[in-house]
Amino acid sequence: MPMLTRYYLKTGLVHLAIALFLGVLIAAQPVFNLSTSLPVLRPVFLHLLIVGWITQVIIGIAYWMFPKYSKEHPRGSERLGWAVYILLNVGLALRAVCEPLFALEPGSVGGIGLAASAVLQVSAGWLFIANTWSRVKER
Amino acid sequence: MPRLSVLMIRSALVYLGIGFLFGGLLLFNKGIPFAGIVWRLLPIHIEILIFGWTMQLVMGVAFWIVPRFSTPSRYGRVWLAVLAFVLLNVGIWLTVAGQWGGSLNLLLSGRVCILLSGGCFVLHIVPRIKPLSVSKSV
Repeated sequence: MPMLTRYYLKTGLVHLAIALFLGVLIAAQPVFNLSTSLPVLRPVFLHLLIVGWITQVIIGIAYWMFPKYSKEHPRGSERLGWAVYILLNVGLALRAVCEPLFALEPGSVGGIGLAASAVLQVSAGWLFIANTWSRVKER
Repeated sequence: MPRLSVLMIRSALVYLGIGFLFGGLLLFNKGIPFAGIVWRLLPIHIEILIFGWTMQLVMGVAFWIVPRFSTPSRYGRVWLAVLAFVLLNVGIWLTVAGQWGGSLNLLLSGRVCILLSGGCFVLHIVPRIKPLSVSKSV
């Protein structure tokens, strides 16, 4: 398994753990009368699970298992692979911090963070497509 | 990789690109509002990423990876998988059109197509979920 795939999978597991913890926290809020601000974490919970875990694992496995691009570059551009990893995870981390911040304090710097997070994550998705498209081919 | 998997996985990648773009627009608009209409993309963003990206990718990879038969047709009843591919994509677009235009009939038609797509794919793939020694085609 390539090093980049190991990074994707292990980071995906971290996101899974955080997402599941947030899920418990959000569900526990009305039961134990915890802070009424906790539900602002719901979009972060969903996106850590779906983007941070599911999509990240798919990207990592696809990078490893999809048909080879060429003999010299079996996995396409390794540099693009790393760029996708960094953009996706920095974008997601930025969202995880800024979204609750912005929900609690509208107009704060969190808004700019959300916009930046959007650009980073869309870039990650499109670069992944660019690096993977040619590897999806008949034998 | 068989041609049908190429079609399914490349379609899934297109949906990923569109779904991420819509998600990016939603998130950007949340942080720095620029157009209220962007919020209408939310159900479409969800639809495209769940069915167009995740479900279609899983179907494409399963068609490629799940054990084949040693006798023709090696991939089993391929027509069922082709039908699943067509129904899924028609279903997604009907659902998206229904969500955007507020048409409950289109939405329902889309959901029915996606249900039928799932049924066709199950019928296709179940015989291929077998020990490696079983080689008889359906």
